[in-house]
Amino acid sequence: MALQEKYKALTDAATAAGISDLAVREQDGILYVDGTAPDGATKDNLWEIYNQIDPNFASGDLVLNVNVAIDVAVTHAKVITQSSNLNIRKGPGTDQPIVGKAAHDEIITLVNRSNDLWWLVRTKDGEEGYCYAQYLEPQA
Amino acid sequence: MKTTKFLLSAVLAVTLFFAGCKPKDADIQSAVQAKEAAGITVAVAKGDVTLTGEVADEAEKAKAEEIAKAEEGVKSVINNLTIKTVAPVVIAEDTVLIKNVADATKDFPTVKAEVKDGVVLLTGEIKKASLITLMQHLSALKPKKIDNKLTVK
Repeated sequence: MALQEKYKALTDAATAAGISDLAVREQDGILYVDGTAPDGATKDNLWEIYNQIDPNFASGDLVLNVNVAIDVAVTHAKVITQSSNLNIRKGPGTDQPIVGKAAHDEIITLVNRSNDLWWLVRTKDGEEGYCYAQYLEPQA
Repeated sequence: MKTTKFLLSAVLAVTLFFAGCKPKDADIQSAVQAKEAAGITVAVAKGDVTLTGEVADEAEKAKAEEIAKAEEGVKSVINNLTIKTVAPVVIAEDTVLIKNVADATKDFPTVKAEVKDGVVLLTGEIKKASLITLMQHLSALKPKKIDNKLTVK
C-alpha cells in the first residue's frame, strides 16, 4: 500500500485525465499502472509527474504502461524521431533487413497496426515495411 | 353531508395512521442510500431492499448488507453487489522481452541493457532528455521491473 501512497499524485492525475481501463496493482514491491490515454499530451504529463515523484526513474518500483488511444480511422502517421531517418524493415524487429527509410517529420501511410510495437507502413515512394511504432505519431 | 365528512376524515385518519407507523419505500430508499458507500445503488419495493453495483471486496459487500438490514422498515435485503475484478499484471517472457528490449534500446548506443527473469537492468549513461523516451519505450514491453542504474548526464 505504501507504493500506492507514494504515487498517489500520479494515479489521481490519471483518473482526472480520463485514462480508460486504468489498472493500478501492487505486486512484489512494484506498482503496475496500465491504461489508455486519450492523447499524447496526457501520457507525457503523467510521465512528468512520475519524474517529479521519482527523479530520473531511479527507484525501479513503478512500471508505467500508458498507451495513447488511436482512432481506427487513422491512416497516416508522422515520423517523430529526434532528428534522424526512421528505418523501414522487412519484418518486425531490428534483426530484420532495412528495406527503406522515412525522413524525420515525414507523413507516411499506416497499412497495419496489428503488432503493438511494429507497424506496417508505406511511404509516398511506395516502400512498404515495418517501423518502430514509438517513433510514429498517428495523424488525426 | 355530516356522514360524508365523517367518512372522509375517517379515511384520512386511517391513511395517516398506516403511513405513520410504516416507513414508505421512498423514505427507506433515501435513508439507506445515504448510508451506503459510493457506487452502490439502493432500490426498495414493499420494504424489500435490493443492492446493486461494484465493491472492492467481500467485507464491503457484507457491510453494505448490514447497513441495509439495520434500517427501520426493511423486511429483507437482496444483495446483488459484485466484487470488482482487477486485471492481473502481465509480465513478458524473457525470450520475447530480450528481443523487444534490444529493439527499444538500439537507438541509445550509450545504454547497455540486460534482461533476467523479467527485470531489465540498465547500465551506462544517457542524456536527461533521452531518458524519458527510453523509459517510455521499455515500459510498454511489459517488464517485471526496470532497474535503472544509468548515469544521467
